[in-house]
Amino acid sequence: MSILINKDTRLIVQGITGRDGSFHATKMKAYGTNVVGGTSPGKAGENVEGIPVFNTVKDAVNETNANTSVIFVPAKFAKDAILEAADSGIKLIVCITEGVPTLDVVEAYHFVKSKGAQLIGPNCPGLISPEESMVGIMPTMIFKKGGTGVISRSGTLTYEVVYNLTASGMGQSTAIGVGGDPVVGLYYQELLEMFENDPETDSIALIGEIGGDAEERAAAYIKEHITKPVAVFIAGQQAPPGKQMGHAGAIISSGSGTAAEKIAAFEAVGVPVAKEPSEIPELLRSRIKK
Amino acid sequence: MKIHEYQAKEIFASYGIPVDKSIVCRTVDDAVKAYEMLDSQKVIVKAQVLTGGRGKAGGVKLAKDEMEMRKHTADILGMDIKGFVVDRVLIGQAVNIASEYYVSYIVDRSTKSTIMMLSKEGGMDIEEVARTTPEKIHKFVIDPMIGVPDYLAREAAFKLFDDINLVNQAVPIFQNLYKLFVEKDASLAEINPLVLTAEGKIMAIDAKMTFDDNALYRHPKIAALFEPTEEEKKEKNAKSKGFSYVNLGGEIGCMVNGAGLAMATMDMIKLYGGNPANFLDIGGSSNPTKVIEAMKLLLSDKNVKVVLINIFGGITRCDDVANGLLEAFNQIQTDIPIVIRLTGTNEKEGRALLQGTKFNVAETMGEAGKKAVELAR
Repeated sequence: MSILINKDTRLIVQGITGRDGSFHATKMKAYGTNVVGGTSPGKAGENVEGIPVFNTVKDAVNETNANTSVIFVPAKFAKDAILEAADSGIKLIVCITEGVPTLDVVEAYHFVKSKGAQLIGPNCPGLISPEESMVGIMPTMIFKKGGTGVISRSGTLTYEVVYNLTASGMGQSTAIGVGGDPVVGLYYQELLEMFENDPETDSIALIGEIGGDAEERAAAYIKEHITKPVAVFIAGQQAPPGKQMGHAGAIISSGSGTAAEKIAAFEAVGVPVAKEPSEIPELLRSRIKK
Repeated sequence: MKIHEYQAKEIFASYGIPVDKSIVCRTVDDAVKAYEMLDSQKVIVKAQVLTGGRGKAGGVKLAKDEMEMRKHTADILGMDIKGFVVDRVLIGQAVNIASEYYVSYIVDRSTKSTIMMLSKEGGMDIEEVARTTPEKIHKFVIDPMIGVPDYLAREAAFKLFDDINLVNQAVPIFQNLYKLFVEKDASLAEINPLVLTAEGKIMAIDAKMTFDDNALYRHPKIAALFEPTEEEKKEKNAKSKGFSYVNLGGEIGCMVNGAGLAMATMDMIKLYGGNPANFLDIGGSSNPTKVIEAMKLLLSDKNVKVVLINIFGGITRCDDVANGLLEAFNQIQTDIPIVIRLTGTNEKEGRALLQGTKFNVAETMGEAGKKAVELAR
């Protein structure tokens, strides 16, 4: 088992004829993801490595019965792509695009919600349920099927943690990069709940960073609702206030959103915080109930 | 991106939000002319700097006549406020304030919505109010599909005013402030204070706006107002090459792919007793041209004694990354020791390519961190 994506995932790629879209569509298909189609207005009838291209998401859904979409269009078209997917009945929308204006995401998020669908990202690496499906840009070779659920605001730092998990024999149920922007779709609380309810997940790694107070809220939620072991790493202890650290959302503003506050919030509810990413596997292993 | 008060007031005024009459001046002579045009005995002289706390720093002064106005202008121009040198002041008609309020729109991460914040505690440091007396701040979550309808603006205005005449004055201010917030892709639009004058008029006597950098492409006029500091110039220059760079002042230069890993790398250097010189995310790929540009950037910082390169080879395989690094360093002459840590796909092949070269090759992040800290001593 896994969360959000699995063997039943029927994926379309929005922006499939672009450089990133075609490259990653091919990678996802090669991993075994059921990529049933792609869209690129005006290019219906073409194909990308055997994946049929449609003009609109509605056409793609009608022809292929797709339930999931991944978006690789440029930032200025990302909102429109999310709206189109939600309006066409797609239930899980994963937006990889970086640099999308925040108010575009606000509008798109509320529309997606009104359609009963879910959004992941933008500015995220996507998600993977090892050996079942990968939706996004993750390097599949480092993942291994197993019991740890991974939730992260970052890309390569997720890979670092997953690499350490896999190297120490701990596979992953699903690993998700939620995105580095101030406003993104699914976040800690919803995903923690999904992992708690997933019978195959036996532990959860949460990788946070500076900016906002989502980690503090996650700590409170874990205390009340999560019985499975959780280990945390928080990036950005050395970040100076007022500076954006790569991710649009990674910024300490008016003295709040610091790593120290987040670490303290987790420690206060008994969730162990790793000093460096390589400590995560052991922190989880020692707490998993046999 | 931040703009000055006088620039924000121009935008407010263009959206029909009443603001005090004021004129921006760069010299005392300008200020004298402005004083005549304002035709007000008492004026307020305010430093225009892109940082908060100017009042406490002595950058805001009331002048009761022209002589005082000249003196305050002369004092404030050239003043250093938190590293910003004042080169402009705003001279404004002094307003007879009866009471002060706070109103702003920001994007709230947890509700994933724009929220309106209001308080009767105007003119204060709002973060301090939020910390000590959160019950004095009223919040309204705005549905992006409907914006701020009359009823909602009214409901908000009744939090500040009892008199319906004042509520009716406040309603369009709240609605127009939301309109400009959305239309200009702001991340903050704040009036602090919004004042009720002794004559019964509601107006903004300060204005603060910051904008979403990701949306500046559709607001060229606002983007043109950007006044970068020396540090921001360096960051902007790095951004144009596809990097995110922030100087941290330490001695270990870092080059990492990915923002999260880059932050984790600088934290680790500190954990092992060193000081990171910078945050540098070179992005997903690590081709030779990028590495050369990144090295130039790191070596332009004279504090850097050691460079630590931490690359997670995901989609780009480690052997390709290693070949890229070798190619890049054929073109860079430097005596600064370089520690490289490569992990991910084909990492053994990648590390093998780097063995026997001048690089210090590490297997884990921890090992790389320790090595870099040792070499920096």
